[in-house]
Amino acid sequence: MKVAALPRTLGLGPSGPLGLCLAALLLLLFAASLLIGYTAIPAGKALSALIGAGDSLHVMVMREIRLPRTLLAALVGASLGLSGAAMQGYLRNPLAEPGLVGVSGAAALGAVIALQTGLAAAFAQALPLLSLLFAMGTVGVLLLLAGPRGGSLTLILAGIAVSALAGALTALVLNLSPNPYATAEIVFWMMGSVADRSMDEVWLAAPVTLLGWALLLTLGRGLDALTLGEDAAEAMGVSLGRLRLMLLAGVAASVGAATAVAGAVGFVGLVVPHLLRPLTGARPSTLLWSSALGGAAMVLAADLAVRLILPDRDLKLGVVMALIGAPLFLHLIYKTRRQGS
Amino acid sequence: MSALLEIRDLTVRRGECPVVDHATFTIAPGECVGLIGPNGAGKTTLLRAALGLMSHEGRSSLAALSARARARQAAWLPQAREIAWPVEVERLVTLGRLPHLPWGHRPGAVDRAAIAAALARMGLTGFESRRATELSGGEQARVLIARALAQESPLLMADEPIAGLDPAAQIATLETFSNLAREGRAVIASLHDLSLAARYCSRLLIMDKGRIVADGRPEDVLTEDALARVFHLRARVHATADGPLFQPLGVVT
Repeated sequence: MKVAALPRTLGLGPSGPLGLCLAALLLLLFAASLLIGYTAIPAGKALSALIGAGDSLHVMVMREIRLPRTLLAALVGASLGLSGAAMQGYLRNPLAEPGLVGVSGAAALGAVIALQTGLAAAFAQALPLLSLLFAMGTVGVLLLLAGPRGGSLTLILAGIAVSALAGALTALVLNLSPNPYATAEIVFWMMGSVADRSMDEVWLAAPVTLLGWALLLTLGRGLDALTLGEDAAEAMGVSLGRLRLMLLAGVAASVGAATAVAGAVGFVGLVVPHLLRPLTGARPSTLLWSSALGGAAMVLAADLAVRLILPDRDLKLGVVMALIGAPLFLHLIYKTRRQGS
Repeated sequence: MSALLEIRDLTVRRGECPVVDHATFTIAPGECVGLIGPNGAGKTTLLRAALGLMSHEGRSSLAALSARARARQAAWLPQAREIAWPVEVERLVTLGRLPHLPWGHRPGAVDRAAIAAALARMGLTGFESRRATELSGGEQARVLIARALAQESPLLMADEPIAGLDPAAQIATLETFSNLAREGRAVIASLHDLSLAARYCSRLLIMDKGRIVADGRPEDVLTEDALARVFHLRARVHATADGPLFQPLGVVT
């Protein structure tokens, strides 16, 4: 009988060939990101340098340059992919992305203020901390604007308002900036990058990021139920208020932390869930963890491209991501249109 | 047996104006209740408030339950037929089992049996691996009814479940509902087709301007006077061997 093929449904963890493929891809790109770089280090030596053995230069390169860069790329990518999938699931809209609720815009504003006021120069972690603070503050503003029982539409509108305000204030800071160097620094920071980061940034971002992931990964069940609409989901025992709060807190924590340490990296949260949706049977819960793996893989790949294409020009990750993401998105639109007709 | 739903003085206001005005009724196991009334009478609001999905005054036994307990007690089929993602029919129907699955558990044999039974009842056997969003509107409606059936709750609450179905599917759906009632469960469904309501429901609630104006067996409440007053219809109700037969003749102006 057909019934035997069923139990995959409502599964919550990574399983099956898709999970294995994504995990293998991620592992491969992670290793490549550790092994490929400006200084040529043979694989064996590179790995032993990671645990502190061998040439001190190799140890320095591996542990202080490549490891933090690789870890951050994976963290940022997973956060963006996961948040994108959660946002799309909650809003039941394939065009939703983490930036829609204004978290990344607010985080960027925090960073810009830290750079402009000189706080970032005075105290090394001021930039990510202020940025994170702004991202967290966004959740409060959104909840105030959207109200305790507001639906998804009010949330989108509140998000757009917050984004617009953050964008306007960022532009104002740039506009009034008396210092062209600070302006240039801000502009480059906003392009997004994981280059030249230290383990300090990893330690700062990781706990917040993991907290955000923990919140978002529990949403699978509620997001699955939302396939049937808000009313039906609520009648099936899903608390929409709690779901929305967890979603906002999760997105703010993970995307806020990602933006704080890597600047604005777009398109990952939009494109990755879109690419993986057909492979997950369009099930929101499966899409959550697979988009986390896929997002990490995509950002690692983009960061590798940054290093390989123009190694001496400091190409920014956010720029490459947009250059990869936009055509990919155009292709997806074209495919959807063809299927529709 | 105890009532599956007990509503007392349920009132919902939109501003000052009551949309549902002191509704009081109970539903016992074995009943198939049709909720009828013209557009804007407050049928949807009554059902949603009874479930506790909107703020209200008065008492509803369902709204007093915890969200989880309520989901096991009553399945709700909203009027808006939403299927957000192109999931397979079987997966969509499986969502009905959510209230029965502890967190992180996969559907077991009992769940699979419930899903297969729900699909079979709605004539959807063979549709399991079709994408729900690629089906016709009427087929989607049947899939969503199957989802609510798979929930296997003692009470099924449906808002215009047969709107947009072809005649055979309309009759089959109402037959399914009255079979559920015969099995000891209960159904309350808002309906617009008065002939089908009269034929398949064991009891009718008539709503007009937020009030329940009649409550009883179809042959008792579908009087020519009530039809003229509430529905502005000139109609005849014939008592036949197959149950009351409703025949609209014109509009009362």
